[in-house]
Amino acid sequence: MFLQLLLSGIAFGSLYALIALAMVIIYKTSEVPNFGQGEMAMLSTFVAFMLLDTYGHSFFVSFLGALVFAALLGVFLEFVFLRRAKDPNILSLILITLGFEMILYGVASWKWGADQRDLSFPVSDFDLVNIGPAVISYLNLATLLVALVLMVLLFLFFRYTKVGIAMKATQQNPMAARINGIRVNRILSVTWAMSSTIGAMAGMLLAPVATLDPNLMLEPLLKGFASAVLGGMTTLVGAALGGYMLGIIENLFGGYVSLEFKSIVAFGIIVLVLCFRPSGLFAKHYVRKV
Amino acid sequence: MDMKRDYYEDIQLLDSKVLWFWFLMLVAALATFPFIAPTYYVYMANYMAINVIVTIGLNILVGYTGQISLGHAGFFAIGAYGTVMLMSLLHFPFLLALVAAALIAAFFGFILGLPALRLEGPYLAIATLGFGMAITQVIGRWELFGGRMGVEAPALSFFGIPVMTDLGRYFVTATIAFIMVLGARNLMKTRVGRAFIAIRDSDIAAETMGVNLVYYKTLAFAVSAFYTGIAGGLFAFLLGFISPSTFNFILSIYFLAFVIVGGLGSIFGSVMGGIVMTWLLLELDKIQELPLIGGMLISFSENFMTVAGLPNISSIIFGLIIVLLVIFEPLGLYGFWIRTKIYWKTWPF
Repeated sequence: MFLQLLLSGIAFGSLYALIALAMVIIYKTSEVPNFGQGEMAMLSTFVAFMLLDTYGHSFFVSFLGALVFAALLGVFLEFVFLRRAKDPNILSLILITLGFEMILYGVASWKWGADQRDLSFPVSDFDLVNIGPAVISYLNLATLLVALVLMVLLFLFFRYTKVGIAMKATQQNPMAARINGIRVNRILSVTWAMSSTIGAMAGMLLAPVATLDPNLMLEPLLKGFASAVLGGMTTLVGAALGGYMLGIIENLFGGYVSLEFKSIVAFGIIVLVLCFRPSGLFAKHYVRKV
Repeated sequence: MDMKRDYYEDIQLLDSKVLWFWFLMLVAALATFPFIAPTYYVYMANYMAINVIVTIGLNILVGYTGQISLGHAGFFAIGAYGTVMLMSLLHFPFLLALVAAALIAAFFGFILGLPALRLEGPYLAIATLGFGMAITQVIGRWELFGGRMGVEAPALSFFGIPVMTDLGRYFVTATIAFIMVLGARNLMKTRVGRAFIAIRDSDIAAETMGVNLVYYKTLAFAVSAFYTGIAGGLFAFLLGFISPSTFNFILSIYFLAFVIVGGLGSIFGSVMGGIVMTWLLLELDKIQELPLIGGMLISFSENFMTVAGLPNISSIIFGLIIVLLVIFEPLGLYGFWIRTKIYWKTWPF
């Protein structure tokens, strides 16, 4: 029982970790929690569905198409709206991302209505593998693998590529980065594209488990935030670990305490972490200067 | 004209005879309006009054105290469910139930205000977002509250007089809204309101000046939640039926949109924002009936989108309004009003 809960917790946790990573990447460069993240992922997932179902492309092509769409969407939102705000404060940045959220939600519900769809995924959720006394579905296994591969890629990207290092520089100090010849604006666009792509990945892995409708990402958005807060909004590793932890805690709570109120665990964690360790478990505490 | 010579002049509600005249005219207009207007517009006015209350409540928090909240749909839900449940289970009279439910909402606001003491900006937004979602989750799972299916509002009576029609509800709703607007205007002119504004401008500076942050920040949350709770209770009777899905995250963003459109930190702006945006919301619901655009939109929907999803266009337009206003006119309608006023005052210069 415990092992089973742990396993499926980790599987869900890797989805949360992906969403949290997507958020943290943007939060670190733009200093804004992206409330549009969920809907960006949802719309990209719908694009995959459209390519697959309406136009009859193969799964691989649709998947790639959706990722490209997600990247373009991220760049578009950053370039067209976010960059236009003149010396924005945090409130206005948050409001702009909320605006994205509503626009994208509206577009998706206009285009696809409120019907629930099935994203036919090549990996089944019903074929199971035995691991000791517990079972895990192929889909969960695939989710785990994709998340792990993606995290390794991200690590390598930030460690060894020029763009990755430029991104880190921008995160630490935009002004200094600019002086050193980094095109900060372009880096911001790339950040949004990357984050949107990772989010889209999470959305497409989530869609076969949940039902694909415009509300797909509303709750996972909160879970993503909870993971990011749990691990620390300023560390990538922390956010990923936070995702896994949230998945496990949530599942154990659902298994042993109450399945009914499983969904408020995320909120509880947010409040507890923010009360006792506002910067997260794995991030250094920062002190605000007057 | 605008010069204040003593403290009393600064805190009085209406500062000139002209204002008193227009104030009484407004009261008269509000009282006669429902007898002249068709029923649909009375319904619309009820809706507007409710949204004005919410907008003011949220503006006290966001615009005056500078604390963001994405969870006001949660307080709205507490107000709505609280009123309905107190009336149908414990047989409270309407007004008592409404105030009691709003006080429950205020208590939750106080609780949510506690973590807000240590949080700011993005973290507070996330915490309140979580709160709003958790409330609807809990209500949706609890059989006592009718679960996912929702509950029906009991018959409404006001001091023994049954209120059945939109006209009757108008007098209840509009009166309460009117009192709430005056109350907020009054509050903002007192010590409390000034403390809120000081916290918004710089909480550290406010604290060094002797403003008790713990007290005033939680108070701002509680007052804001109280307003929203009252509006929620009235909303339950406007719809006659409430279910958890009404109070989703999108609703919280709608409330924020009302505040942004009206103008941050302005009671008058909130009134305008609530009225204009409610009108827009109700008109956009039947956008396909518009003379020229409606047909075009329907054919566009048939070719590229779905006709069933057409009403969701309101979400797109609201989103665009939020984004564009934040970028181009952060003060909202109130800023526009101020600029017009200055233009006329200084005309022709």
